[in-house]
Amino acid sequence: MSTSNLTRRGLIKNSAIAGAGFAAPTIFTASSAAAYTNEPTGGSVTLGFNVPQSGPYADEGADELRAYELAVEHLNGGGDGGMMNTFSSKELTGNGILGKKVEFVTGDTQTKSDAARASAKSMIEKDGAVMITGGSSSGVAIAVQGLCQEAGVIFMAGLTHSNDTTGKDKKANGFRHFFNGYMSAAALAPVLESLYGSDRNAYHLTADYTWGWTQEESIAAATEAMGWNTVNKVRTPLASTDFSSYIAPVLNSGADVLVLNHYGGNMVNSLTNAVQFGLRDKIVNGKNFEIVVPLYSRLMAKGAGANVKGIHGSTNWHWSLQDEGSKAFVKSFGTKYGFPPSQAAHTVYCQTMLYADAAQRAGTFNPCGIVEALEGYEFDGLGNGKTLYRADDHQCFKDVLVVRGKENPTSEFDLLEVVEVTPTSQVIYEADHPMFAGGALGSCNPGA
Amino acid sequence: MDQILLQILNGLDKGSAYALIALGLTLIFGTLGVVNFAHGALFMIGAFCAVTLQRILNISTVTTDPTKTDFLGNPATIKTPVVETWFGPEMGASIIDWSVPLAILFAIPIMAAVGFIMERGLIKHFYKRPHADQILVTFGLAIVLQEVIKAFYGANPIPTPAPEAFRGSFDFGTYLGYEANAIIYPYWRMVYFAFSAVIIAAVFAFLQFTTFGMVVRAGMADRETVGLLGINIDKRFTIMFAIAACVAGLAGVMYAPINSPNYHMGMDFLVLSFVVVVVGGMGSLPGAVLAGFMLGILEAFASMNQVKAIFPGIDQIIIYLVAIIIILTRPRGLMGRRGVMEE
Repeated sequence: MSTSNLTRRGLIKNSAIAGAGFAAPTIFTASSAAAYTNEPTGGSVTLGFNVPQSGPYADEGADELRAYELAVEHLNGGGDGGMMNTFSSKELTGNGILGKKVEFVTGDTQTKSDAARASAKSMIEKDGAVMITGGSSSGVAIAVQGLCQEAGVIFMAGLTHSNDTTGKDKKANGFRHFFNGYMSAAALAPVLESLYGSDRNAYHLTADYTWGWTQEESIAAATEAMGWNTVNKVRTPLASTDFSSYIAPVLNSGADVLVLNHYGGNMVNSLTNAVQFGLRDKIVNGKNFEIVVPLYSRLMAKGAGANVKGIHGSTNWHWSLQDEGSKAFVKSFGTKYGFPPSQAAHTVYCQTMLYADAAQRAGTFNPCGIVEALEGYEFDGLGNGKTLYRADDHQCFKDVLVVRGKENPTSEFDLLEVVEVTPTSQVIYEADHPMFAGGALGSCNPGA
Repeated sequence: MDQILLQILNGLDKGSAYALIALGLTLIFGTLGVVNFAHGALFMIGAFCAVTLQRILNISTVTTDPTKTDFLGNPATIKTPVVETWFGPEMGASIIDWSVPLAILFAIPIMAAVGFIMERGLIKHFYKRPHADQILVTFGLAIVLQEVIKAFYGANPIPTPAPEAFRGSFDFGTYLGYEANAIIYPYWRMVYFAFSAVIIAAVFAFLQFTTFGMVVRAGMADRETVGLLGINIDKRFTIMFAIAACVAGLAGVMYAPINSPNYHMGMDFLVLSFVVVVVGGMGSLPGAVLAGFMLGILEAFASMNQVKAIFPGIDQIIIYLVAIIIILTRPRGLMGRRGVMEE
């Protein structure tokens, strides 16, 4: 005869314990059976693409999503394989990652740190994403990178140009393929010197947040080192739309160069306003007045229209590059979508491929395995020449492009022209460089 | 002194935009008693009228040029605007170049229709509801409108240049005895200021010197009595809503060359315009105009390096700071009337 110990009180008690267990965020309570957070157990692995799908950078986010979908298609054996064919590593064969079909979920960062963290958290906890990638802002990247470190998943950053991402806010679980403010300055300064000479007076207008500050610091240091004088550094509110009252005093300040440490809508508006005020037509100190936009994005440059003509800046990648990797990516992306990819698209495609390749080489999705595989990893064939993922700070080092707004564009995509490909040796810096000081990489966190 | 003159000029064009939006807001509030948070969206739709006309004028016939290739190596496509085919290359190019001023004519019927549909289709159902309900529904409408614009035009700003003749800047300094480049001001901003002055004058003249305007003013003062006189004041107020939408829309059309239009530009102006209305005095049309220019100029002054050196970050808070001071000292605003927005 069987007896049952089930009582009403016992049932409630056990249900409560079980309920509490289910309700607790899985992010911090990974099963003891799993070696790491979101260890894939079925025939697929889920990646989390966290991009701005709303807000001012939604178009850039849309281009990132296109590139992610293309990367997933290539990883799963679809399409023409894109840069998998030119990548120096031959681990990826179109059979997913470690034999698992690649699936993805998407989140909307809204270009807001709190929203980006919430969407990343949701993808990790609810969708089981083993890696988070994407973004179009340094503030967002730093916030999500911190979350991924706590959660025990890998973060492959999208567009983030602040020195801090791999400087004082670097994390062991985070990796940045995109270049940074220091590298922009190191690439631009010699070109500016050869174009405009070493006797110049620069006036900085700077977006008042982490990216703007580090960009300003980097460009001012690099230009001062070649003899330029910094006349003024003016911080502009991120929410500014009309920069006329900041631009109007520039000509009267004795400056003959205006450096716009602005990105996105800020850049479009400040550059448009500067051109409206006729700055580029003026002669100051006996020299033509010049404008410099240290960080260019083709998508954003489009918003400024003809105002970008002849204005120099730097960019991470451009579709007109003629190396085999770039050509393969442009062909693949252009055939699928009908227009050339942006630098944002290129960056996130590379990050997805690099993650997949690292997992393949490591033989695991364990974040610590991925970190080990990516640290100090040298590769080629992804569109920027030979590239190093430095172990000390998880920053990629590769050639940097100095570009100029094209005078006679032949199409709506033909806005920038590459004037110089600055070699890695010129833009690399010591890991303990003062501009990147503070913070510690720490050790990888597998989560479970 | 030259810096002060420079910032007054800068403040005038900012103030022009604030004044035009606040004028429309006040017209709607004064006539219908509705706090319209969708008014910024009307400004944005006006700017996109300029974008739309520019695109219409750039509708092109497409041919291929086998001697050139596109980014994929296929034969390049050559686009020739239809207006250039119709009117000849020079005339066609001129028409495209003048697309923003032409968009004024394009925008008037569109904005009037948008205003009419907005008022008859949605807002009239909220006349007798609390202001909080009106704010919620019009704010929701503003978000819907901007998302619709984003869906059609994307999130990136779209360049909408002024005609070639108005690009560049004018050196005021040399005429006032200062050095060259001391006081420069873009031609198009001067046009914008003049345009705003004309629109503001036209609205005041319309209200002051026409029978329609007289009835509207009477309705603003005492709606019930005007109704008892057998005048259909609701119909006139609907027309005033459409006129207010046109004012905001035209402000947006002419603003398009100053900053490339994007779907969010209405929201950027909305909060500041409400501050302008409150500072000017709820329901006061001259107050809205006065406060618009005053706050625009103050904002420009607060951006001066000399001011920021003494009060860091003052440029970000000046308008709100002034609003607090004015509301504390003059609770009805600069030119507010007794009984408006008061229980």
